Amino acid sequence: MKYLLKKIFTLIITLLIVSLLAFLAFQVISDPASAMLGTSATPESLAALREELGLNRPIPVQYFQWLTSFLQGDFGTSYSYSMPVASMIAQKLPITALLTFFSFLIMIVTSIPLGIFSARREGGLLDRSLTVINQVFMSIPPFLLGVVFTYCFGIGLKFFVPGNFVSYRESWTGFLEYLIFPALAIAIPRIAMTVKMLRSSILNQMGREYVRTARSRGSTKDRILTHHVLRNAIIPVITFIATSMAEIVASSIIIEQVFAIPGIGVLLLSSINNRDFPVVQAIVMVLVLWVVVVNFIADLLYQFMDPRIRLD
Amino acid sequence: MKRILALLLAATVMVGTLCACGGTTSGRNSTASDETSSFGADAHDNSITVGIAQDLDESLDPYTITAAGTREVLFNVYEGLVKADSDGNFNAAVAKEYNVSDDQLTYTFKLRDGVKFHNGETVTVDDVLYSFKTSAATSVETSLVEALSNIDSIEATDDSTVVIKLKKASAEFISYVAYVYITPKDYADNKNQPIGTGPFKFLSRSVQENVVLEKNSDYYGTPAYLDKVTYKIYEDATAMVAALDAGSVDVCAHLSVEHVEGLNDNYNVLEGTMNLVQALYLNNKKTPFDNEKVRQALSYAVDVDAILELTEDGHGTKVGSAMYPAFTKYFDASLSDHYGYDVDKAKELLKEAGYADGFSFTIKVPSNYTPHVKTAEVLVEQLAAVGITAKIQQVDWSTWLNDVYTNRDYEATVVGFDAATLTAAAMLQRYTSNSDKNMFNYSNEEFDKVYAQAEASTDDVEATKLYKQCEQILAETAANVYIQDLAEFVAINKNLDGYKFYPMYVMDMSTIHYVE
Repeated sequence: MKYLLKKIFTLIITLLIVSLLAFLAFQVISDPASAMLGTSATPESLAALREELGLNRPIPVQYFQWLTSFLQGDFGTSYSYSMPVASMIAQKLPITALLTFFSFLIMIVTSIPLGIFSARREGGLLDRSLTVINQVFMSIPPFLLGVVFTYCFGIGLKFFVPGNFVSYRESWTGFLEYLIFPALAIAIPRIAMTVKMLRSSILNQMGREYVRTARSRGSTKDRILTHHVLRNAIIPVITFIATSMAEIVASSIIIEQVFAIPGIGVLLLSSINNRDFPVVQAIVMVLVLWVVVVNFIADLLYQFMDPRIRLD
Repeated sequence: MKRILALLLAATVMVGTLCACGGTTSGRNSTASDETSSFGADAHDNSITVGIAQDLDESLDPYTITAAGTREVLFNVYEGLVKADSDGNFNAAVAKEYNVSDDQLTYTFKLRDGVKFHNGETVTVDDVLYSFKTSAATSVETSLVEALSNIDSIEATDDSTVVIKLKKASAEFISYVAYVYITPKDYADNKNQPIGTGPFKFLSRSVQENVVLEKNSDYYGTPAYLDKVTYKIYEDATAMVAALDAGSVDVCAHLSVEHVEGLNDNYNVLEGTMNLVQALYLNNKKTPFDNEKVRQALSYAVDVDAILELTEDGHGTKVGSAMYPAFTKYFDASLSDHYGYDVDKAKELLKEAGYADGFSFTIKVPSNYTPHVKTAEVLVEQLAAVGITAKIQQVDWSTWLNDVYTNRDYEATVVGFDAATLTAAAMLQRYTSNSDKNMFNYSNEEFDKVYAQAEASTDDVEATKLYKQCEQILAETAANVYIQDLAEFVAINKNLDGYKFYPMYVMDMSTIHYVE
């Protein structure tokens, strides 16, 4: 219980600090009013707009005003679109969420069997070539993979049309089809890391005393693997996978740009370009919340899987 | 062991099925939104997809539109009492006719019967009065606000007549009337759900994704042919071209030469002009640009033909002053050759000005406009030939707006200016000494005098002559180094016809139709 409270407290502090930092960063860059008025701007209209947006108030006042509204659920109104920020995010979040879960699914479904397979055939040709492939893919950043996919499979082989995002409101199959390559681009580097981790974790366990005991009792290597070792070996990997969820969201921001997927990432980047502060701030908070929650769940999972660990 | 095998198999089967579906259908024509673009057959759907390079990232309120891209789309939704056509003439729209008194102070508009707003309500004189009032109060277009402040009184003399009395006679007033978009009285949600009288209704938009218009079947004039127009946003040029190639976009305008060169023959490529003036704009307050001889030297040092050749394969039109060719009423083609390309003359002038050894300066270019960046690069080379070292600094658009446009903190920049309203003032007013849009800090007594005369003139012919004289002054004093009006290319599905180029940044969807 104490642990839970401590964690929640840390979460709140983190959110506050990050929101303050994002807010301050925005004060340093140029002015939303001139971004909004463009070439129609005159000194009077700029002054009027700044007054209307409340940009002339002292900085602490602006910050606390924003904070109190935010805590009451009012995320403000977008400077650019004049739409409530909350509804904009609510529209775009499912897309990013689905992309994230899709990548996560691919990651789990591929890396666990591959990791086990690799460990079982340790030293064999397949294992060694897999290790090399792993090394290569671990070091390729997702956006590079995304660009390569776009050129090879999109423009070259025409498996998909780059930039031709289909909304799930129109067609679920079209939506999922379009997301395959973006999800792969995100998942592959992480699959590589997970496989490597799982493999070494399993091999580490296989060298333990209890395995030798089990062997001496007559268990086959396979049975030991599935019934004893896997449970122990997978613990560090599970927490790694859980924190991957946070990383995947970060990667998807970039991948969304590469594949022109109108999710939270694209919204974030274009809002920064437009100096649309309310939207940026709200998205930053959402992302921070997500990362902290995911890490929290990872901690809980860790405790759950290994009763010897109690993080009080 | 069996569990692992089962897992692996399940995974392979799943991924395999998805890929198989993907391989056969996602290539050309399967997704719901582009049924019509399978070339040839399906014109039954009677809707098209237009690719645009930037989202309408502002409120859709008719009086606060600042981005040209937004105006381009909403041209189909909003209308004024009069409306511009593709030749630049203002024709009756929501008003069925209008009358100007001999002293040019009284404008009488007769409202058309039974014009309906997109929400079904009939347009009344109250709506017209409301629109004028709101426009004058909230418009961000200062030239429009100024023109409307010239209104002495505006009233409805009966249920279908509106009489406007001006304080000062103005030959251009009618042009500004076209921009007072008529919207329902006291309707407050134009910013998200525009209601106008145009041939298309606004249906919906999804941020960073698309904007959808549908046909207004109650339109009073010639109704549109298409039932639905979906504007899809492709911020990345490569994605745009890929979409064109795959047939998921039917129309795409404002393309550059390299985009259209590789297109397959399912498209016709139409060439028009972008209706802007690209120039090396100089901060006339910063040395050495405060010296007229230096500016003239730069004008001689720049080889515009070479720029056109290198950046656009020879397309584009030279301009010699702050006016673009499609605005035929005011454009003076002779000014394009006022300077010509003369390196020796340039060096001579520099020596006279005291800069025999040249000088160096920075050109701030907005990084998102590739044509301007490319022109800047050619300029750097050309200027180097006369001993001037120019350095390019790329900045993002918001920074450009802030630093260059608002704070005038720059030495030189390359950008394009277009006309927000179809008037001479839209291009020339900036150059008057006390204009707050005068980012060039240009100040010339004679220009101010002639411009004021043109503005005050009640005779359109005389005013036109005076405006042209203004342009000449700009050229003679080399206010900036004027370069060109960029060529624009429109890729249009070859089953579509009816695309018309306008002398302003709009895309008229009502004339586009499928040919069977």
